Amino acid sequence: QVSILSAMELIWNLCEILFVEAAAAGPLLLRLLDWVRLHVCDVDNMVREVLSSENPSKHELFWNVVDVFVLQGRMDEARHLLSKEASANPTSVNMYKILDDLMKKMPMPSLGNTQTLTEMELKWQHWHEECQRYLQDGTFASNSHMESICKILLGDEDAILEKKELMTTWYHFLVTRLLYSHPTVKPMELRFYAQSSMDLFLGGESSPEPLDTILMAAFEFEMHQVIKECSIALSNWWFVAHLTDLLDHCKLLQSHNLYFGSNMREFLLLEYASGLFSHHSLWQLGVDYFDHCPEYGRVYLELHIERIPLNTEQKALKVLRICEQRQMHEQVRSICKIMAMKALRNNRLGSALSWSIRAKDAAFATLISDRFLKDYCERGCFSDLDLIDNLGPSMLLSDRLTFLGKYREFHRLYGEKRFSEAARLLLMLMTAHIAPCSFWMTLLTDALPLLEQKEVVFSAEQTYELMRCLEDLTAQKSDKQKFQGEDVETVKVEMLRLALARNLARVIIKEGTLEGS
Amino acid sequence: AMEEVCAKFVSQKISKTRWRPLPAAALHPPDVFATGSWDNEDNRISIWSVGDLGNAGVNGEYQGEPQLLCDIRHNGDVMDMQFLDQERIVVASSTGTVTVFRHHQNNQTLSANHRWEKAHYHVDQDTSCGGAACTGVICNNPEIVTVGEDGRINLFRADQKDAVRTIDNADSSTLHAVTFLRTTEILTVNSIGQLKIWDLRQQRNEPSQIFSLTGDRVPLHCVDRHPNQQHIVATGGQDGMLSIWDIRQGTIPVSLLNAHEAEMWEVHFHPSNPDHLFTCSEDGSLWHWDTSTDVSEKPSFLHQGGRSTTYFSHNTINHSVVSAWLSNDPTKDRMEITNLIPNQTLSVNSLDILGPCLVYGTDAEAIYVNRQLFA
Repeated sequence: QVSILSAMELIWNLCEILFVEAAAAGPLLLRLLDWVRLHVCDVDNMVREVLSSENPSKHELFWNVVDVFVLQGRMDEARHLLSKEASANPTSVNMYKILDDLMKKMPMPSLGNTQTLTEMELKWQHWHEECQRYLQDGTFASNSHMESICKILLGDEDAILEKKELMTTWYHFLVTRLLYSHPTVKPMELRFYAQSSMDLFLGGESSPEPLDTILMAAFEFEMHQVIKECSIALSNWWFVAHLTDLLDHCKLLQSHNLYFGSNMREFLLLEYASGLFSHHSLWQLGVDYFDHCPEYGRVYLELHIERIPLNTEQKALKVLRICEQRQMHEQVRSICKIMAMKALRNNRLGSALSWSIRAKDAAFATLISDRFLKDYCERGCFSDLDLIDNLGPSMLLSDRLTFLGKYREFHRLYGEKRFSEAARLLLMLMTAHIAPCSFWMTLLTDALPLLEQKEVVFSAEQTYELMRCLEDLTAQKSDKQKFQGEDVETVKVEMLRLALARNLARVIIKEGTLEGS
Repeated sequence: AMEEVCAKFVSQKISKTRWRPLPAAALHPPDVFATGSWDNEDNRISIWSVGDLGNAGVNGEYQGEPQLLCDIRHNGDVMDMQFLDQERIVVASSTGTVTVFRHHQNNQTLSANHRWEKAHYHVDQDTSCGGAACTGVICNNPEIVTVGEDGRINLFRADQKDAVRTIDNADSSTLHAVTFLRTTEILTVNSIGQLKIWDLRQQRNEPSQIFSLTGDRVPLHCVDRHPNQQHIVATGGQDGMLSIWDIRQGTIPVSLLNAHEAEMWEVHFHPSNPDHLFTCSEDGSLWHWDTSTDVSEKPSFLHQGGRSTTYFSHNTINHSVVSAWLSNDPTKDRMEITNLIPNQTLSVNSLDILGPCLVYGTDAEAIYVNRQLFA
């Protein structure tokens, strides 16, 4: 039983050998031997057991382990074990010496440039014939184990197949076969040996499993087939996406465009990254994957990032940072708006404002200011003074916000009895059109106590301005209120007109009076 | 050196790391720390031990690699964490709950000792989805102060079921962090760039002082007070700026230092060596700020590769009593700043320092320990 992770490692390694490294005849066999030794591990326990026993040559599985070493081309280890048997059995010393010698002399492909393939083939042919002679002479006839090993060395398929349980898989059988019959196998020849190995090994008893199909596709150098079979067999895109990416970077995949525009590599990466975004915490990694998809990555990211659930402000900030780093301004605004709305619903006006500032969202800042002003009108006092009093430059984000800040400043000045400054500010709020029209009545009403002060506060100039404001205001309303008669609004207007007139009178006199000496 | 830093991948995004405090008479460096995770369906509080240097662990791991002692499930993201004493740790949750966990050292288990549910909430306690994240917790045994996204400040006592005191709507914006200024005064920072002092002896629900940044009201995320000179306070902002405040004078910072490229999540003065300050950020870096002047005293790790150093100016011989942090005359003092992380990836969410030991945790699901910070 091969676990999914082991299977992935098996496939990946094989792809590395065949596609990425593109091992040529000679080194190819060595790589395949490494591959088998690393991944076919069912016999490892048995090997350990025998090696660690007191008297390995007496162990019942002794010969099995020797066979394993031979099947995997681990000549030195096989010879080492055999020497223990030899010292325990003096009668077979002669046989042992010959076998040991054969194993020592076995020619192997070299990694470096020490010999050409032809040289190696010649040596190998020579050695093969020598093994043949010893077998036919009956040298090993008295010891069936050694005889079977000699047959294996000669590449006798039946002898090798007898050790099926020790090889456990058809691809092990394939490599052993190649080792002892075609050590200089060329990459393009693999497909034939692979197919026949699988057929011989399975022998019609069982049918190939998905893993077998994938490996076969690899031996046939059908890269696209490998990817396709993996996609079918595995339950998520992790493996195929990374394998395809690797092959693409090695320029091995023809970049034929899929009909929806991107190539296979990008398609798989997009699929995988999209999967990450549905994970509660791996979405952060998905961002990097999208960054590496040149055609559709950004669009996918834009769509996915807005759907991440934001249960805390800190998480929202992390998402925002990702958006800002990629100049995704629309997403910034949208996320800030969502957070601001949430804050507003929870009556956290300061938080809502903070989000508006982050998004530079003037419209929302206006909305929040209106909330504050509404609260003020209803309750007659400001809530959250710590916020309004400390707006700083963010006050300029929206006109309404500026008005809010300045209006609060007016109240503060009034509270500190700095009446002339308060008066100047009040007037400015109307004449500079910072105050919304809806608020003018309130502002004029706020002016009343200033008009009624013992000391004259508003100058003549200022009083004329106030009167003009009042007239502007009533002119707009007069059409609607013509037939309404006595009501609060009318009374207020009357009072204002009276107060303004009285103030005007006083101030004209004051300003017209020469200072006494 | 980089060999002195042990990394361990823990398959959970780490939001907080805290050293367990040492008993008063302890001579050895800290060897146990706690971590909290976030963004998981199943978040955990974990206790780790870093063994003696030079010993191979049970499984042959290298010296100093953190070993998990025990852990326990935590409901919600771990937003903040603080040891109350040797056995107990207080944890703030994104659900608005504050929990005291006890670490049983005899059998290496953790259990929830006490819980204040809905310590932080929006609008109305009876609304079903009413929880508000508790963003900060600070302890001064037996007192525990918490702050949250609801702008609320709670004062708990470890042995009492109900809050000793609650200030509702203390702030109209989100409170991001809290720390003690004195035993009866706390400092808070909020999301409109204000630093506030609250006097807990007073019954009125107003801060006794408000400080704010000069320019844009950039949100402040963390705050720490100088261990010896209590008028010196450091804060970190959303723009990565480090601000140093002198709370005896003025309402604006004394100095603004531009460092990180994104949110500064934590700032810590070294508790016994306060000429050293540490900050960590969303941009994946961890900075060591060093205002000690004598070159020969420089920690050796500063002279290795992978660092970037900024020198401000020539040095001065004698510091006298005025802390280097407050001096805004660049010709008088030199500050050396080093990024301790050579390969930045994801955010460093939290750090803690005690003695010669530094521990920090990242969104890349790893914990890092350096036990020879000043070697």
